[in-house]
Amino acid sequence: MIALIKRDLAIATRSGGAAMLGVLFFLAVVAVIPFGMGPDLNLLARIGPAILWIGALLASLLGLDRLFQADREDGSLDMLVMQDWLSLVLTLFVKSLAHWFATGLPLVLAAPLLGLLMNMSATSTGAVMLTLLVGTPAISFIGAVGAAVAVVLPRGGLLVSILILPLAIPILIFGVSAAYAAVTDPDPFWPPFMILSAIALFFAALGPVAAAAALKGASD
Amino acid sequence: MRGPMQAVATKLKGRRGDSVLFEDIGFTLGRGEALVITGPNGSGKSTLLRILAGLLGADSGTFSLLGDDGTALPVADYSHYLGHRNAMKRELKVSENLAFWQSFQGAESGEGMPIDEAIDQVGLTGVAHLPFGYLSAGQQRRIALARLLVSSRPLWLLDEPTAALDKRSDRLFADLVRAHLETGGLAIAATHQPLGLDSVRALELSGIHSTVSDGTWA
Repeated sequence: MIALIKRDLAIATRSGGAAMLGVLFFLAVVAVIPFGMGPDLNLLARIGPAILWIGALLASLLGLDRLFQADREDGSLDMLVMQDWLSLVLTLFVKSLAHWFATGLPLVLAAPLLGLLMNMSATSTGAVMLTLLVGTPAISFIGAVGAAVAVVLPRGGLLVSILILPLAIPILIFGVSAAYAAVTDPDPFWPPFMILSAIALFFAALGPVAAAAALKGASD
Repeated sequence: MRGPMQAVATKLKGRRGDSVLFEDIGFTLGRGEALVITGPNGSGKSTLLRILAGLLGADSGTFSLLGDDGTALPVADYSHYLGHRNAMKRELKVSENLAFWQSFQGAESGEGMPIDEAIDQVGLTGVAHLPFGYLSAGQQRRIALARLLVSSRPLWLLDEPTAALDKRSDRLFADLVRAHLETGGLAIAATHQPLGLDSVRALELSGIHSTVSDGTWA
């Protein structure tokens, strides 16, 4: 399984890899906001956490469709799906995790830089980073389900995003509210953050099982 | 080599959509035996192999691997499936590709050979450091065959293994299968390449499609 993480990371970081694509998209989305909004620093600081979260969500959805499709095109997916149920679920968990390392983690690391563009305070940026750190794995895990459902479709990218978006909305809501709670005084930070963590754990448990069922059913 | 004594298929029936591709397929293979599946295009050779590999559900019938003591073994852990596609990443080096599969399909049934040796065996010494995508179609196919060598599994399920191979590589492939059978392995292949072995049996799919008459689709 370590070998699988190493392989997927190597593919993501080499030529044509998906790792940089998400970060660049994230950068593009967030960087144009100040130009569109105008130079009102207070306004930017106020909407900053929400913009960062929306940008990260969209960037996470971007590369999802390739998660299994690349393996299907070269035939590797057969070897993964051949395994028994438990090994397949474990394999998909590991693949989702590798996908997060390649596409989600760079978004978390890029957040402080983009926070600067949005005139966000250090606390606010830290809160966004922390909530993204917990929230982006959830998107990868539940995104694997959409990627598995759409794996047989030649241009399933948009479908994956549409399938996954409703399920990702709670992640966005609690991620953003926890990030705001860290800077606005009376709001408590921990309840929304705990719910966000719970969603992440729930999706980590559910995602691989559902994706395994979809892939077993999709073999043609 | 540890592993199954027998591969037993009984009354397998497969269909695509509402046309039955084959039915009542049954065979028993012992150690060192091979089964060659032939038939015209579209007769269901690939479908049969995918059913055997567990990638497709059979309409009816069973396929199982039996160990020395008669217990059923999981087909997925004891067989190599080589489909039309090579299951290799173009971006990664040949050695990285093989190292991944060696580790991922690391055998419950014994050690495979080292990667360099497997590459030598398929006659491509010196390509280990090249990205897989740099190789020609025939070379890629041979590296895909090398995957069967780096982790040892008794049953080989091969779907048109010699596609894109030249005459010499055809013989090389036959030698690899022969060596596999001699160590007690089993092979089921959809190929027109004569393996030059006594223990090879043939199964011909007629390619005559009959429509299902059980009313499910009527």
